[in-house]
Amino acid sequence: MTYTAPIDDMMFVIEDLCGLNSVSKLRGLEDATPDLVSAVLEESGKFAGQVLAPLNVVGDRVGLTFEDGKVHTPDGWAAAYHQLVEMGWNSPTSDPERGGMGLPTVVNACIQEMFNGANTAFQLCSVLTQGAIEAIEGYADEALKTVYLPKLVTGEWTGTMNLTEPQAGSDLAAIRSKAEPTGDHYLVSGQKIFITYGEHEMAENIIHLVLARLPDAPAGVKGISLFVVPKYLVNADGSLGQRNDVRCISIEHKLGIHASPTCALAFGDNGGATGYLVGEPNKGLQYMFAMMNNARLGVGLQAVGISELATQHAIKYAMERTQGRTTAGSEETIIGHPDIRRMLGLMKARTEAARVIAYRAATSLDFAQRSSNSEERARHQRRVDLLIPITKGWSTELGIENASLGVQIHGGMGYIEETGAAQHLRDVRITTIYEGTTGIQAIDLVGRKIQRDGGVAAMELVADMRTTARALSELSTNYADWVAICGAVMDAADKVEELTNWILAQRGSEPLAAAVTVLECFGICLGAWVMGDAAISASERIERGRCPMHAKTKLKTVQFYMNNVFPKAEALSSTVKKGAKSILDLSAADFCVDA
Amino acid sequence: MKIIVPIKRVIDYNVKAKVKTDGSGVDLANVKMSMNPFDEIAVEEAIRLKEAGVATEVVAVSIGVKQAQETLRTALAMGADRAILVVAADDVHTDIEPLAVAKILKAICDEEQPQIVMAGKQAIDNDMNATGQMLAALLGWSQATFASEVKVEGDNAIVTREVDGGLQTISVKLPSIITADLRLNEPRYASLPNIMKAKKKTLDEKTAADLGVDVTPRLSVVSTAEPAAREAGEIVGSVDELVAKLKQAGAV
Repeated sequence: MTYTAPIDDMMFVIEDLCGLNSVSKLRGLEDATPDLVSAVLEESGKFAGQVLAPLNVVGDRVGLTFEDGKVHTPDGWAAAYHQLVEMGWNSPTSDPERGGMGLPTVVNACIQEMFNGANTAFQLCSVLTQGAIEAIEGYADEALKTVYLPKLVTGEWTGTMNLTEPQAGSDLAAIRSKAEPTGDHYLVSGQKIFITYGEHEMAENIIHLVLARLPDAPAGVKGISLFVVPKYLVNADGSLGQRNDVRCISIEHKLGIHASPTCALAFGDNGGATGYLVGEPNKGLQYMFAMMNNARLGVGLQAVGISELATQHAIKYAMERTQGRTTAGSEETIIGHPDIRRMLGLMKARTEAARVIAYRAATSLDFAQRSSNSEERARHQRRVDLLIPITKGWSTELGIENASLGVQIHGGMGYIEETGAAQHLRDVRITTIYEGTTGIQAIDLVGRKIQRDGGVAAMELVADMRTTARALSELSTNYADWVAICGAVMDAADKVEELTNWILAQRGSEPLAAAVTVLECFGICLGAWVMGDAAISASERIERGRCPMHAKTKLKTVQFYMNNVFPKAEALSSTVKKGAKSILDLSAADFCVDA
Repeated sequence: MKIIVPIKRVIDYNVKAKVKTDGSGVDLANVKMSMNPFDEIAVEEAIRLKEAGVATEVVAVSIGVKQAQETLRTALAMGADRAILVVAADDVHTDIEPLAVAKILKAICDEEQPQIVMAGKQAIDNDMNATGQMLAALLGWSQATFASEVKVEGDNAIVTREVDGGLQTISVKLPSIITADLRLNEPRYASLPNIMKAKKKTLDEKTAADLGVDVTPRLSVVSTAEPAAREAGEIVGSVDELVAKLKQAGAV
């Protein structure tokens, strides 16, 4: 299965639409100049295309085996992982003082999109390790950092996140795992499920981050603490000691990402697993939420990566497969048929729009963490908080639609596994579920991100959208239909404003009922905004003769987006306002067949 | 021991080359360019000789347009110690001919005094296969072309060459020009830490004029054409018919 990293588009987005030049002026990111970033993306693109992509099909077909408590990854998996570690791709953003590379989050966003696009099931291991690093770096004491960070950063050890229990999925207040203090550590016991890469043999140690309750903890979300529980205990000299009291009891059989082990872990069957408290007692969930932005951005990028992969495969197939004849009578490849180009256009335009939204969220993360101006930090933090549920919720739902169109373009062959089109649909299907379902993202958007701040962040966004519209209204080149593009962006800004006001005006449960529809409408409107900015930059590039091929196609893609994707926003906005009440009117009894 | 590795920035091997409408050459405007694959093999071999303790310094040299510095950075990220860029053209379409390249490299070798020049056997853009040989003649050094294995023993290099019908192993006296063939090694990926370090390594810039070399072309391109499109095939009814058709076409 081939994958070509879309480096031209990635560089276009981070240079022209995310302002890489300003990012590389932030404290600690001075090395990330465009020439260095371009070299980094070239090499990570090679690694994704030549090492990770060829293993994607193997992972899907062969999958995992589980025997005697051990998980065996497919042939080639461990070697590729060791190569990834050796090449330094495990944790590109980590602090150089801990052995990281200190690259900006937005550059890592490109790398994560590539590696996930090439092989999501494989890359999940590093995604989870990056999460564990962030938790330890952000909240653990120096002693824990010294022991665990260096090898997690290189990837010699991998990390996991243990949140879910059978009775505690979206509602983590229901967590029952326990931690009893003893001496300088804790004894952790309980059962965790859905633990990605919870057990494998690719690395010498696995560091589990586990949510559990202390004996005197208050009930509910305020009584959950975070612990580090290593698979092998670490001796004072850094060498590995005895096996800790944690074991994998089973792995799940899943719809997709077959080669990513999803483990059920039993802690403390033999008296308690040795664990160490991260930060303060009872603050575990708070720490988890602080890390949520990065984790959710990561899943959004996963979906963008798989969308890109599905699009590349569909384009390749559409250019080779002949069906029907042209008007001139010769054999026609299916890309000659308008409906195929409609589907490919939808895949391409929405993938590119979702890419910009995700990369802008990443850029704001860089500014929120590193800007020297406190007002600027706060503004970017508000932007991150607003964009994360949109990038997570919208990119992943789109990812499914795009991968499904990919199957459709392959026709009957797409339903057959050999073409590989079906794998993308199965793989991307999880992304709307883990790290918070689309429903959870939508509630987060309307509740925490709009109602709680009285719409401040959303209105700042509307103002930025109108700035783009104004810039578009001043363009007069004949490269594109600027009136139509500008009109769509103005309309998009109006819709976001209107829906924000609608949400703020509701007193009942209507915003909860309409939340997912609001989220989709916001996604499509923000897509119009970023595509408007893309059109401005593409037009400038054509003027300067810089990458004119990419820029010209970009302008056509923007017009396609405005005319074939954006009009749906009208229907969605109307659905929000009309639909909410009729959702609430349906009671549980109305769904009861026997009644 | 110092090793010089000349590298050329060429059209990327994945790009489908298109001929310019006026037939003067391949269209390179806004086309992805990268390191000539044979040169990548040469860089890898030089780095391996350094890692094995045979060489002490690897210097990458490129001749061409200013953008070739990106290609040199790739060599530095793979592990070369420093780089020299000789700017000899403003337009990416200007191909510096092998004799001019060899003269420039001679001037660099006079300054740098390497024991080995490890070059690619040819560049994939014009397939000249001439620079290494010309450089050996200009310097009066030994040459070992089409190398598939290189060992350094004392003052000699033992080089296995890929020749028609098999392998030939020769011993050449150092200093020598060695040109890399496809099977010499498999080039490494540049690691992220090395890409970051490459940015800080020395990259000196000179011009052909600084080295006193005239790069005016001596050859003129008469025409450039894309290969003829493949004609439609034909399904034959039997083996006899196939043989008859092949005979008719003069193929058997």
